[in-house]
Amino acid sequence: MSTIPNVLVRSEFEATDITEADTGDAARKLTLFERISDMNSVRKLSILVLVIVAWETYTRLSGVSELILPNFSATAAALFQAVTSEQLLEMVWNSMTVLVTGYFIGLVIATLLTTAATMTRFGNDVLSTLTAMLNPLPAIALLPLALLWFGLGADAIIFTLLHSVIWPVALNALVGFMSVSETQRMVGKNYGLKGLVYVGKLLIPAAFPQILMGLKIGWAYAWRTLIAAELVFGGSISDTEDGASGGLGWFIFANQMDLQIASVFAGLFTVILVGVFVENVVFNAIENRTVRRWGMQAR
Amino acid sequence: MAKRKSSAAGKKPAADAIQPILNVDGVTLQYKTKEHLITATYRVGFDVYPADRFVLLGPSGCGKSTILKGIAGYMKPVEGAIRLKGKEISEPGPDRVMVFQEFDQLLPWKTVKQNIIFALHNGGKTDTAAEAEDIAMEYIIKVKLTGFEDTFPHMLSGGMKQRVAIARGMAMEPDILLMDEPFAALDALTRLQMQKELLQLWEDTHFTVLFVTHSIEEALISGSRILVMSPHPGQVKAELNAHHLNHDNVGEEEFAKVQQHIHDMLFADRILEEEIKSGARGK
Repeated sequence: MSTIPNVLVRSEFEATDITEADTGDAARKLTLFERISDMNSVRKLSILVLVIVAWETYTRLSGVSELILPNFSATAAALFQAVTSEQLLEMVWNSMTVLVTGYFIGLVIATLLTTAATMTRFGNDVLSTLTAMLNPLPAIALLPLALLWFGLGADAIIFTLLHSVIWPVALNALVGFMSVSETQRMVGKNYGLKGLVYVGKLLIPAAFPQILMGLKIGWAYAWRTLIAAELVFGGSISDTEDGASGGLGWFIFANQMDLQIASVFAGLFTVILVGVFVENVVFNAIENRTVRRWGMQAR
Repeated sequence: MAKRKSSAAGKKPAADAIQPILNVDGVTLQYKTKEHLITATYRVGFDVYPADRFVLLGPSGCGKSTILKGIAGYMKPVEGAIRLKGKEISEPGPDRVMVFQEFDQLLPWKTVKQNIIFALHNGGKTDTAAEAEDIAMEYIIKVKLTGFEDTFPHMLSGGMKQRVAIARGMAMEPDILLMDEPFAALDALTRLQMQKELLQLWEDTHFTVLFVTHSIEEALISGSRILVMSPHPGQVKAELNAHHLNHDNVGEEEFAKVQQHIHDMLFADRILEEEIKSGARGK
């Protein structure tokens, strides 16, 4: 009467002659197409090409005014001209100098704040309160104040850059330190690490993925802030420097005033190119050498 | 039932002449959670002698890992004292190296060899890089990881990671090697192999090791002397000899007898607890 099935006892067997499967080898080399289409850069570049083709086609077919939307070839020509005869590279260099100065001063201050925050509870309270207050404040909003305090010049921009670097870097480093596993902390102490040596040899490398994240966010904020600051006040800042040609933001601003719209596009393009270079080449190289190599971040 | 007394030194007439390496003397350990003050162990006492494979055995909640943390110097006893070679332990140090259960005990930014060198260098064991390198390679060979010395930990299997951790611990040549359930996170086959390898390593150098487990079988196979503990709070229940038992004895009558004996000891608590609970419910 029972509806619960009984175990069906079957005869046992052991395979004696295991042959190669007919479907091919257990591992097969990928074809050239498969390998190329697996490369991230190839796939992303082809999307870029698609965008450029769409842009060029639209501007040529729709007959839109060059003052509104120049086509890609005009932009490329303007970019080439800017590089060869309008000292665009020098302007990029000017921007980068200011940026790197602000970035590194910001890193030093962030390091001091984070170290104080890991060592003492007071430092921790100070950092978390300041971050909560100041992180939501866009750095560019500080520029009018900075110009009042430091006058027209690079100092004012550097001050706003500091604001955009310090908080994300310090916050991420602190979160990184706090999330270092208890086991690794105990291992460090077991081998006699103490104080700053403990921070330097154990906490920093163990928290490096998070620290790197902070560095990237800090860089991205700083780059945007810099261009914005140069756009708004770039002209007046370049006036104060003897013969200097201002930065990249100033290039965009000045060309817009002259209605050189293709050059404006070329300037924007340069902003993108520099940003992409730093994020995908510089930081990617750092990641490949550190967190990816250590298996602390997925590829 | 008579009151249990946790007398520190066991009755070991032969050991009188030799001084214990580690002396745990009436140690009570407490830690705080958000809401409670937990007494993990209550007046636990035992002695570990040179070349002992001393096992702390007990169910979860008997404070065996907490004792290990106390010996390693991560926790201070609220009562009693822990002495290493007669000196009271006050902080973590490289004379007692801990091997953890967790795989992340290896520093992921260092290769297998660099992990061992890191320990040797920071633990003040070696002065020159060449010397550290030699010692590291010696222990990498000992744990059968030749060819993996320049591999980063994330490329290794769980068993290999534990081997590196053991190599790192042994390379320090500590007075005592502390192991907190070192094989618990491994699969059964790897665990068996690691137990055998640990015994082989011990045959080579007769190092002193104190390890924690909740597996009776592992305690009997790997240990030479077993401290059986009861939970809530952890107290000493018995100290037994297991130096005559290893893998070859598994399934034999003597092995099964000791295993059953310990099992009954640990199980008696559970029955008692249940009786108390049901008794309380009855009233």
